[in-house]
Amino acid sequence: MAISARVETRQMTLVQAVTDALRTMLRERDDVLLLGEDIGKNGGVFRATDGLMDEFGEERVMDTPLAESGIIGSAIGMAINGFRPVAEIQFLGFIYPGLNQIMTHATRMRSRSLGRYSVPMVIRAPYGGGVRAPEIHSDSMEALFTHMPGIKVVVPSTPYDAKGLLISAIEDPDPVLFLEPLRSYRAGRGDVPEGKYSIELGQAATLKEGNDVSIFAWGAMIPKALKAAEKIEQEQGITCDVIDLRTLYPLDKDAISASVQKTGRAVIVHEAQSTGGVSGDIMSVINDTSFLYLRSPIERVTGYDMPVPMFSLEDEYLPNEDRIRHAIKKSVNF
Amino acid sequence: MEDQFPIREILHGDGKLVDSAYESKITEKLAKSLFYKMLRARMLDQKCFNLQRQGRIGTYVQYEGQEASQIGSSAALEEGDWLFPTYRDHGAMLTFGYPMQTLLLLWKGRFAGNVAPQGKNIVPPSIPIASQLPQAAGAAIAERKKGTDRVSIVYFGDGATSEGDFHEGINFASVFNAPTIFFNQNNGFAISVPIAKQMKSKTIAQKSQAYDIEGVRIDGNDVFAVYFTTLDAIKKARRGDGPTLIESVTWRYNAHTTTDDASRYRNQEESKKRRETTDPLLRVERFMKAKGWIDDNWIEQQRQGITTEINDAIEAAENYPQAGVDELFDYVFEKPTWNLEEQKRAYLDMKAGVQ
Repeated sequence: MAISARVETRQMTLVQAVTDALRTMLRERDDVLLLGEDIGKNGGVFRATDGLMDEFGEERVMDTPLAESGIIGSAIGMAINGFRPVAEIQFLGFIYPGLNQIMTHATRMRSRSLGRYSVPMVIRAPYGGGVRAPEIHSDSMEALFTHMPGIKVVVPSTPYDAKGLLISAIEDPDPVLFLEPLRSYRAGRGDVPEGKYSIELGQAATLKEGNDVSIFAWGAMIPKALKAAEKIEQEQGITCDVIDLRTLYPLDKDAISASVQKTGRAVIVHEAQSTGGVSGDIMSVINDTSFLYLRSPIERVTGYDMPVPMFSLEDEYLPNEDRIRHAIKKSVNF
Repeated sequence: MEDQFPIREILHGDGKLVDSAYESKITEKLAKSLFYKMLRARMLDQKCFNLQRQGRIGTYVQYEGQEASQIGSSAALEEGDWLFPTYRDHGAMLTFGYPMQTLLLLWKGRFAGNVAPQGKNIVPPSIPIASQLPQAAGAAIAERKKGTDRVSIVYFGDGATSEGDFHEGINFASVFNAPTIFFNQNNGFAISVPIAKQMKSKTIAQKSQAYDIEGVRIDGNDVFAVYFTTLDAIKKARRGDGPTLIESVTWRYNAHTTTDDASRYRNQEESKKRRETTDPLLRVERFMKAKGWIDDNWIEQQRQGITTEINDAIEAAENYPQAGVDELFDYVFEKPTWNLEEQKRAYLDMKAGVQ
């Protein structure tokens, strides 16, 4: 008798998929617990933890004092003592007081103790601009963390990925920074399977295939990259690979090199500042693996080297379709 | 505030009990045990200073003079409890079961020196000031969630009380009623900055009031005051009655580290004088001799035994296998990323002469 497994799916937004992942893991594992400011009764300022305190109680969904170092530091203490804490930082731009705990403890506890202690914790933080938020709320400083040895950095761009990647992040034996593009939280809905599934960290996803240019992006830049690629294909017949990197450390070297070796051209899009950005590491991967395949210099479309401006100017700062199309044309017409 | 937080003393520097309530609690066995542990810690500290001067270990952080604080407090712990030390608390680590040989490896710059034996919940020393406090609160919160009666103790100096993490750690412990003992060793200086320039408040213990937890101030050179106060705090924490802040007022004879020159900012005569007046070992020795519990011969016997132990530990540490490249690359993540694998392979190939 053939048994056919039919996976039930539900349409949900990215933020609902985050909630679904957290609920799934709270049910699945007793060692998972959540902590952060406003995550309990209020369900988080973006409602990412909505209803979880009611379902799992205050012992597992902990409203904490307003103290990023305290949140991350106490989560480290819980992580080395048998739990898998998922700490929420309300906005990535508020994480700076907690950097010391991440840099000097979470990321190096395993290596300092030769594996005697590990820190299987996840730090979740909404990040990025485009939602007319006040100052500091729109930072996308992912490169600060890809530069920290000992932590993985993950960025979903779709509801499906958000759930699968977050489940993997929680099950990972090492610290993971899980960056949620807040512009994408409610920008659309997608099919998300019920129950537990996971997406391996470190693996990119090819969202669109083409032959002329490889576009690498993540988070809220993905919809823009896709639109730019579709438009330029209609206008000029230039076809693009659009690759969602999904994990920024470790990068998917194979996906990057395979695509560039096919197209011979690359455009990297991120909203973070240009200098020292993750784009530099993607260029390095291309340099190491695919230098002789390149037909033109690698282009990057990024934010500028300045603090993210107040929102009256953020449209000038953030990469947009026009800037991406311009870079694609420049790459092809070199 | 000093009136509200008087320094608690049980055994005075002259070796006389000032609190007769402890007459029966201070047994011969307890006194000898605490003295022996302090002597062991002191002899190791003195030996490490010499080893550093001989170039056999790296920069060393001394604690001589703080033995009562470190030994009295850690001796009150039980198996399964958690100890979060700073870089100066190897006397406490040693007393709580950290192998002497492992401590020596730490000062030889080996990661192996950070590895506590299985079953001993001793976390690698925190180097950044005060960052271990929120972690100790977290570990204790985790014990409560597991339903155990285990506690955590966290060590920090007077300078740490100026850091944000001091406040965040105690606030978390207070809010979540964590069984954490915040053990401050107030030795009067944060490297060169004296406590009067560190804070305007007269005591550290009074800072407990802001968090509505118990705060006590004790003579940190009186091992009995330290032991019984910590024991009370631990019992309270085990009962579920929350954290305690202990200010243990002590004195460190030597400089901040072996690379520091304390004569630039501290009166060295004070340390000399204190060796006769407030020394933590001498007062217990005086006390026990007056009781007829020990004599010089007994002390000499202990010294000989400890000397043998230290020499064996040094030999073991100096003959410990060299660190391999594996130690460099293989512990960053449970499973190395491709970046680390590539970097390791390239390094090994280069060393092997592969072009």
